Amino acid sequence: MKDKIAEKLLLFIAFSAILSLLLITFFIFQQGIPLIFKVGLSNFFSTHWAPTRGNFGILSMIIGSLMVTAGALVVGIPFGLACAIFLAEFSSPPIQKTLKPIIELLAGIPSVVYGFIGIVILVPFIREHFGGPGFSVLAASIILGIMILPTIVSISYDALLAVPNTYREGSYAVGATKWQTVVMLLLPAARSGIVAGIILGMGRAIGETMAVIMIAGNALKIPHSMLDSVRTLTSTLALELGYATGDHRAALFACGSFLFLIIILLNIIAIKITGRK
Amino acid sequence: MIKVSIKNLNLFYNKVQALKNISLDIEKNEILGVIGPANSGKSSLLRAINRLSENDYARLSGTIILDDTDIFTIPINDLRRRVGLIFATPVVLPGSIHKNMSYGPKLHRRFKGSELDEIIFNALSAANLWKEVKDRLKDSASTLSGGQQQRLCIARTLAMNPEVIMMDEPCSGLDPISTAKIEATMFELKEKYTFILVTNNTKQAARVANKTAFFLAGELIEIDKTEKIFTNPADSRTDGYIRGKFG
Repeated sequence: MKDKIAEKLLLFIAFSAILSLLLITFFIFQQGIPLIFKVGLSNFFSTHWAPTRGNFGILSMIIGSLMVTAGALVVGIPFGLACAIFLAEFSSPPIQKTLKPIIELLAGIPSVVYGFIGIVILVPFIREHFGGPGFSVLAASIILGIMILPTIVSISYDALLAVPNTYREGSYAVGATKWQTVVMLLLPAARSGIVAGIILGMGRAIGETMAVIMIAGNALKIPHSMLDSVRTLTSTLALELGYATGDHRAALFACGSFLFLIIILLNIIAIKITGRK
Repeated sequence: MIKVSIKNLNLFYNKVQALKNISLDIEKNEILGVIGPANSGKSSLLRAINRLSENDYARLSGTIILDDTDIFTIPINDLRRRVGLIFATPVVLPGSIHKNMSYGPKLHRRFKGSELDEIIFNALSAANLWKEVKDRLKDSASTLSGGQQQRLCIARTLAMNPEVIMMDEPCSGLDPISTAKIEATMFELKEKYTFILVTNNTKQAARVANKTAFFLAGELIEIDKTEKIFTNPADSRTDGYIRGKFG
């Protein structure tokens, strides 16, 4: 009897979690999509964003989001992969046991702290050494690159560990060095897991808001170099939703819908890749 | 002529001693059979000789001499090219048969034109596998049967042009016909290579080995001509093991 109650209760809780996801999805689309049809796709995907005067172009924000995310991957992938390879293949068990939790701790640092570090250290550094305002694509890319490290490291690490040990021994037995084994055998064998880790990291980079608002500069234009400031989709939502009304508010929800689609798409790709063996 | 000479070899995993003061010589172009119950140190011996034990965080003392060189002064990938190891369960690498065969040679140098294909042909022929796989070199290696996979592993080792070939219970998962094929392959290859054959099947040692060594709990109990070990062993424990009284 008690068992039955517990089972039903857990089922109810589990479903309410799924239900809330469905409600969020429904609500965002219901609020945002009608506006896109009202103003038309050409207006929505133009570069002119002046929502109080009827211009709802989000293209510069999309480009901003993509640039910052691509930059984050350029920073995050080499460092993340190097970390995962070192942990999984080159370090002894005690080192693994110490370093892995420390890297995972990076995920627990609040994003506002990353933003703060960016403002205090990175932005002045870029302004002095590379020019421009400092609040830039470059600054955001570096900080986001660090923020997605734990995702890339832990998923790639797990993927490398999942490669059967017999492969390693077979490779060593024909005289491969550790490095040759990693490059020629283990990375190809763990490819799907590593790609999934990168895609999930990408999702995190696109969705990140606070740190980006603090260091990307939020200028509403298409950036021409890594030193220009940009505004991302998420920044726009966070900055404007507080005072937006009417069509402006609906336009922000439309932004949210677009962002939501991208992230769902990335997650589906990640799941498909890891599921395919 | 002595190919491998082991003197006072001790091997520890943490505090557990897996090999206790082992000294033995392996003659060129002979097959040394190594028998003994589980945990007697047979596999540890092989893994010490090609220094794979270093990946297990094992500690070693003593010397192992290959020809006239201490193996610890030979670059590790060179050593493993010269001393091949074949595992109990066939270790095929992901990818095609051709990729499995080219993986090892490509690690060590670059090849021109059909040179690599020639090496692959020779190695697969020597392992008696060429006829069975010549039309399916592009197929995944995991589509081969167990016995074929093991012969592929032998061929892969042969493609490295090794001097010593070590086998760790190479037939433990195979049916009698596949086993016979592998034993025949060893017999043919004996003239060119030196073999160390670890086996749980004492009859296999009796069939193919010139000399046989009996290991028990990390110690080398005795090593002698195979006929001597199987007919008139010096130690009563060897006799007991061969007769199936323990192990």
